[in-house]
Amino acid sequence: MTEQDALFDYCLRIGDSSLIIGHRLSEWCGHGPILEEDIAIINVSLDLVGQARSVLDYAGKIEGKGRSEDDLAYLRDVAFYRNHLICEQPNGDYGRTIVRQFLFDSFHYLFLNELVNSKDDFFSGYAEKSLKEVIYHMQHSTKWMLRMGDGTEESHRRVQEPLNDLWRFTGEFFAVNEVDKILISNGIAVDLNKIKPKWKQYVREIIEDATLTLPTNDWEQLGGKEGRHTEHLGFILAEMQFLPRAYPDATW
Amino acid sequence: MNDFQIRELLEEVKDPEVPVLSILDLGVVRSFSIKENIVDIVLTPTYSGCPAMQVIEDDIVSILKNNGVEKVNIEMVLAPAWTTDWITEKGKQQLIEFGIAPPEKSSVDKSSITGDARFIACPRCKSENTEMLSQFGSTACKALYRCKDCLEPFDYFKCL
Repeated sequence: MTEQDALFDYCLRIGDSSLIIGHRLSEWCGHGPILEEDIAIINVSLDLVGQARSVLDYAGKIEGKGRSEDDLAYLRDVAFYRNHLICEQPNGDYGRTIVRQFLFDSFHYLFLNELVNSKDDFFSGYAEKSLKEVIYHMQHSTKWMLRMGDGTEESHRRVQEPLNDLWRFTGEFFAVNEVDKILISNGIAVDLNKIKPKWKQYVREIIEDATLTLPTNDWEQLGGKEGRHTEHLGFILAEMQFLPRAYPDATW
Repeated sequence: MNDFQIRELLEEVKDPEVPVLSILDLGVVRSFSIKENIVDIVLTPTYSGCPAMQVIEDDIVSILKNNGVEKVNIEMVLAPAWTTDWITEKGKQQLIEFGIAPPEKSSVDKSSITGDARFIACPRCKSENTEMLSQFGSTACKALYRCKDCLEPFDYFKCL
């Protein structure tokens, strides 16, 4: 794998993760449990899709084959997506969505916090910009974890169950492959081992404050970073990519 | 056309979501220059996903071309990241008059990390007896507040 291939793959990992979880959140539009939450979750979605656009645009430039951000988002199939598996998991009820978001936001925040030191100028600028937005995302999902975990018996159950269920996808945040090895050696990529203990500590503290129980299941479901996805991604792409595939020249 | 005239035209371009605020007062125009009737402009987005940015770009191109500029090149840069500290004093005053509480100084203070609500003055009655209803409002850049004295809800242009 050349450095250029690794950089392209790394862009896809970052961009696809934001795009897919952003798209998932957009499914809440008009369906939020209360008006303020409908607005909040769509704001988060908008930030993430916006962030994805700029990384995918950069990915196209790195690849050098003339593919635009839209080409990459709309004309790649499942096996070419590099997002974390947790991003594609279904919304379920609002409790499940919040747990997924909390696990992702806390990783995303710590990841960007390191990416600001990247020797790649695009990544450092991108991280500085995105970090400002992601702080708000993390605050939002953290507060809901606390409210629901330490709320009623019913709300507690509705976050504990998805927490147990989604936990197996969190190991992937820190899984290192060839791409990381190449890019860490030249100071471009984040050393995931460095943020793992910080993430574990933050998540443990919030879970305890929320009176929830930290899952003990250590199984790590991997694959997203290499294009091996759960069944859900195909359904997301079928919906998200329908229009540009059916009407290739459609414009606003 | 000279720099002064370009500046006057850019002053005419408003944020489509806050139509009293010019893009110069919003602080998204990083630099501009004109050479042989071609204008180069460097812009920075407020929020990554802000849909207003495309409208702003289109408005800039259209107003400059309508005034005789031959070509407009717009470059979008992410770094250094836009901050609400770049909104001018005039811009903040205009926000208040429009009914939006302007951002507090310094976007990187502790409360943006801990999420503690600050004391934001109501843009209508000036009372500081207000509360945050939601960190997310009608657009990416705003939070939703309520005044506990005059009971009016209002937007707060949140710090970034």
